[in-house]
Amino acid sequence: MGTTALAHLSNTLYAFAIVAYAVAMISLGAEYAYGRRGRVARTSAVAAPEAKVLVGAGGPDVTATSDSVTPPTDDDAPRDLNLAERFGRVGVALLILGALVHAAAVSIRGASVDRVPWGNMYEFTSVACLVAVVAFLVVLIRQPKLRFLGGFVLLPVVVLMFLGGTVLYAQAEQLVPALHSYWLAIHVSAAAVGTGIFLVSSVGTILYLVRVHADKVAVAEGTEPSRVRSLGSRLPSAASLDRMAYRTVAFGFPLYTFGIICGAIWAEAAWGKYWSWDPKETWALITWVIYAAYLHARATAGWKGNKAAVINLIGFTAMIFNFFVINIVVSGLHSYAGLN
Amino acid sequence: MTTVDDDRQDPQRVDTSVGTVAVDSVDSLSTKPAPPVMPPGRRFAWAIRGWRWLTSMRTALVLLFLLALGVIPGSLLPQRSLNPQKVDTYLAAHPTLGPLMDKLSLFNVFGAPWFAAIYILLFVSLIGCLVPRIRVHARALRAQPPKAPRHFHRLPESTSYENTEAGPRELADRAAATLRRGRWRVVTRDEADGVVTVSAEKGYLRETGNLLFHIALTVLLLAVAAGRLWGYTGSIIVMDGNGFCNTVQQYDSFNPGELVSGQSIAPFCMTLNKFSATYDKDGTASSFKGDITYTEGVSGPQKHDVLQVNHPLRIEGLRLYLLGHGFAPTFTVKDPSGQVFKNVSAPFLPQDSAYSSQGAIKLPDAKPKQIAIDGLFLPTAAETQKGVLTSIWPQATAPKVAIFAYEGNLGLDSGAPQSVYSIDRDQLANGALKQVGRKNLGPNQSYKLADGTTITFTGYKEWASLQVSRDPAQTIVLIAAGCIVLGLVLSMRLRRRRLWLRATPGDPGQGEHRTVIELGGLARTDAGVFSDEFRQITTRLRDKPAEPDGED
Ligand code: HEM
Repeated sequence: MGTTALAHLSNTLYAFAIVAYAVAMISLGAEYAYGRRGRVARTSAVAAPEAKVLVGAGGPDVTATSDSVTPPTDDDAPRDLNLAERFGRVGVALLILGALVHAAAVSIRGASVDRVPWGNMYEFTSVACLVAVVAFLVVLIRQPKLRFLGGFVLLPVVVLMFLGGTVLYAQAEQLVPALHSYWLAIHVSAAAVGTGIFLVSSVGTILYLVRVHADKVAVAEGTEPSRVRSLGSRLPSAASLDRMAYRTVAFGFPLYTFGIICGAIWAEAAWGKYWSWDPKETWALITWVIYAAYLHARATAGWKGNKAAVINLIGFTAMIFNFFVINIVVSGLHSYAGLN
Repeated sequence: MTTVDDDRQDPQRVDTSVGTVAVDSVDSLSTKPAPPVMPPGRRFAWAIRGWRWLTSMRTALVLLFLLALGVIPGSLLPQRSLNPQKVDTYLAAHPTLGPLMDKLSLFNVFGAPWFAAIYILLFVSLIGCLVPRIRVHARALRAQPPKAPRHFHRLPESTSYENTEAGPRELADRAAATLRRGRWRVVTRDEADGVVTVSAEKGYLRETGNLLFHIALTVLLLAVAAGRLWGYTGSIIVMDGNGFCNTVQQYDSFNPGELVSGQSIAPFCMTLNKFSATYDKDGTASSFKGDITYTEGVSGPQKHDVLQVNHPLRIEGLRLYLLGHGFAPTFTVKDPSGQVFKNVSAPFLPQDSAYSSQGAIKLPDAKPKQIAIDGLFLPTAAETQKGVLTSIWPQATAPKVAIFAYEGNLGLDSGAPQSVYSIDRDQLANGALKQVGRKNLGPNQSYKLADGTTITFTGYKEWASLQVSRDPAQTIVLIAAGCIVLGLVLSMRLRRRRLWLRATPGDPGQGEHRTVIELGGLARTDAGVFSDEFRQITTRLRDKPAEPDGED
């Protein structure tokens, strides 16, 4: 197959992946909306604060949390549950299908240009979103009860991929000589993986804040949190959302650090200096420092919880700013966006 | 059940029970400094207080934020160190705000006093915080796991069961052996009434990794600073066939660190034999190569190398980079006095991806008036619809120049430095220099001015822009960076955790052996994962792996 044909195929698959993600998003959103407080709220409320009880109690409950299949049917509202359950399963199936198609799109793009497929903004967006989806799937394996959050993760993914395929789109092309380096593969992939993982973390963080707010309202009204029929209170417990946000950063941060260092090594070879305060570098450093502050905040009395969550979101904002504003508006040594 | 409020305020700890014992033990699993407490009214209390404040977690947090904030103007405003012209343009465009911003060093953020203040404070905080932490950790590494708490039910993880086969001593020893095999650090202690306890701890490497990270970060910052002070960069444009030697005078621009002296510049000479560039069908460059001959030292043997983008030449203490390339048109000029300037040339700077290049040639010795040429060199010239020449291909397949000729006083004697790429516009403005003609020329075409001057476009040369860099601390920076990643991976992936077992002899009346085993544990991070581990260990110790435990 010719190069152009491959590039076309890749674009088609990319479009398919967006559609699959979008439908998965709707489906998982429906699970979230129809799922009675029963299953969701109960499993999640049990999950974290009462881990102790769980361990002590042992038996089926324990398997429920660590099993990748869904927990046993709740007796509360079987009809609703089954509907939600079905939506959830369809959603995850579509999500996996989308990820496979997406991965194929990325690989074929790479084959069509005979290099790693992350040389411009379109390609980078595509890879970072793929990473976000895969990261979420990994979270699902570990914490299956978070499944119905898929809609929230997929929303930014679908938006970003849509922007990537339209505004940021660049033809499959070769790269300037400075990009002919295996460091491209290492540096940019570490950055893309970090970006995708931080995306998942920020979704977890936003939901954490929503949940905390819902809890506060519930306390103010003197009701049990799970009784409040608001969307917020259907979320998993604040603790498990917070844990999801932390774990993803704990995984992404060393990778992101590694990515920045690889960038410095590459810069040393390509530009003559390992650090030149190029705007892109600078914003990567800002992002890094903010995530370091997030990790610190979590260990600092008085900064845990809400404040740390806000820092997490600021970190993600800095990263998105770096990607869109710095790439497109501010020019620097890193001007490889592929846009004209 | 844990209340909602607890969830919110302390997400990291919700898995721990509310009791303070557990919480304190969690903190004792790291070397984190305690929040600053006011020392009693001693002399120098303010100094101690200040120091505690500076080395507290909270201050580190605030300083990290300030650092992130401080860097922002450096990335959004033009910076002198990167692009002085842009700073001037900005200042011209913002006559009121500009100078104020300049006073605040906003155009030189990375050299600003306030920026230095932030990172020096952070640095001092880092060291001040690290030293005691290293001491604490060193002690922890040698210490035995702490005594078992009295009540396990207040720990985040706890369970108990009975064993009817063996006494407390034997069961405790068995458990200790199992744990040791799992690479726990274990100590067995006897309590009153025949009670035996086992204390075990694991994951010291987490704190080691965290300290490694902070130490490496400190070293990295020091090495970066050292490299700035003792390193230098120099850049130079070299024509095909020419060369240069590594002395300060030869560079077009030279940026030494504060502690670089003329002597510390390593002797080294090179000649650019041939520069070549290749392009893809669509005009993007596929490779730049500079074929060079060089000697190390004053009179070393001649060596040969090919410089490429991403492939600098690395010799003892120096790196030589090929950063860019361009064209230098050559002209032969005959002035009205009959004097001939044969094949004069100057590098022209590329303006676009098709290498339309701009520059100037100055002939101060021309008579009766000084002569200058400026304009564009177009490697593959084409005419646009409006009749303007432009280049459509980055290689010189159909070169042309579009030039202006000037006569008069070039203003070179005034002492003010002039760009080699353009004529002094002030001289034009004040009438000392006059534009006397304009023309597009192909190879070997001539242009005759009214006063008899002839200008012939005789061809072009290629040039390469090279950079020589020295950074004596660069290797240290790299090693420190590696340790940063290693330290992070260790501190993010590992968990420090403690486990206790208490074996109590049962009521003697109830049979030979009826030992009550209680188990408790806690982890500093990722309590969810520890939960699973705790359960596995419990089952293993009970030696009935298949069956889950029945009660608390
Ligand atoms: C350049 C400045 C600094 C950076 C970039 C930085 C970064 C980090 C990072 C990424 C972590 C990992 C957090 C985790 O394990 O969850 C950490 C942990 C830690 N840092 Fe820093 N740090 C800096 C300065 C400091 C200073 C000045 C202190 C002293 C107050 C400090 C004390 C700590 C402590 C105690 C921990 C361990 C927290 C825990 O046990 O969970 N750091 N730091």
